[in-house]
Amino acid sequence: MGRRIVHCHCVYSKVVPADVKAAVLERLAGSDEDFEAVPDLCEMSAGKDPALARFAGDGEVEIVACFPRAVRWLFHSAGHELAAEASIHNMRSSTADEVCGALGLPDQESTS
Amino acid sequence: MKPTGAARPGPSAPFGELHVAVDPGGLDGVDAADRGAVLAALLEAGHPVSRKAEAAEGALARLGGDVSVLDRAPEEVVADVAARREAAAAPAPGAWTPWFPVIDYDRCTNCMQCLSFCLFDVYSVDGDGRITVQNQEKCKTSCPACSRVCPEVAILFPKYKKGPINGDEVKAEDIASESMKVDISSLLGGDIYSALKERSGSAKQRFSTERDESKALLERKRCLKELKDKLDIPSEVLMSLPSAGDIEERARRARAKQEERIARSRSAQDQKKTDGPSTQEWDI
Ligand code: SF4
Ligand code: SF4
Repeated sequence: MGRRIVHCHCVYSKVVPADVKAAVLERLAGSDEDFEAVPDLCEMSAGKDPALARFAGDGEVEIVACFPRAVRWLFHSAGHELAAEASIHNMRSSTADEVCGALGLPDQESTS
Repeated sequence: MKPTGAARPGPSAPFGELHVAVDPGGLDGVDAADRGAVLAALLEAGHPVSRKAEAAEGALARLGGDVSVLDRAPEEVVADVAARREAAAAPAPGAWTPWFPVIDYDRCTNCMQCLSFCLFDVYSVDGDGRITVQNQEKCKTSCPACSRVCPEVAILFPKYKKGPINGDEVKAEDIASESMKVDISSLLGGDIYSALKERSGSAKQRFSTERDESKALLERKRCLKELKDKLDIPSEVLMSLPSAGDIEERARRARAKQEERIARSRSAQDQKKTDGPSTQEWDI
């Protein structure tokens, strides 16, 4: 199975800069990549959402959210371990360009 | 004020599979910024979005399929999806603010200080005697108090504003940092109470001559605000701190619970050994 991108929009708090998450989402929407975008991974973890099992066990998952330590233990807390090779991109500490670059998304000009 | 331990509404039922699918080419003709705006509006309203080959299957709505995006404002698209969600009797998102502690078990030493400290029964012990977060919905929104008493900096609140409580890497200086760590005994028996007492004592002296109770109240509020700002602990929680005796009692109960769970799980294992493998384990 190919890579899967999961974008967390962290909608119940302002800790992820709004411009970063909006720009990453826009670049994802403009690319040819498959992706899933969820309102809030914290909420899914608390609700033990079965979709987390799919994200965790789904080949090369790339999670775009916040600090890797937080994301890993949120998955653990819901009963699903993220594979060691899962990549976690941090929108709290990186710019949108850095995150999109790490995801290998095309430049914005070529996506509209 | 006595803590009520009352739970907030709690996380809505899982809904991650109730997604909005983006049909292949479903966003064609919509310019880049508008595409992003529609998806962001859907997420803000609590609807997961998926664009992948099999996404249409079981989708609540299909952008570019049964829900048109072209020439529509994001709010119209969201209203359309919300109506479908309601018609499908799917759980409404956003009833609960997901604020709760998450344990980093690579750091946790199972000392149970968090369980002893937490006023709201958020923590418990699992069958292996390990500390666990059991009642996330009972946690006080925006209160990171238990992370301040954890000697190992093992408690995260992913939505907290600062590291390492927010999940940022823990540095050596964080473990020693006074602003990060609060000794449980000083938090509960010493610093805060004595600070409050000292304040109200000196305030009383002044106020005995002034006889101005409203000023005394203001002083108390000011003192609590100071502590609240220093530790980010809501005044509601500060006002209901348990006594040192309460804490000891909680710690005793926590230890008893841990021992009981461990004993129970040991006896279940011994029983299993005596009975031999179950039919399930033989894969029959
Ligand atoms: S995982 Fe991180 S980015 Fe996602 S909702 Fe939780 S705090 Fe926000
Ligand atoms: S206080 Fe910290 S180290 Fe102790 S049990 Fe709780 S999370 Fe683990």
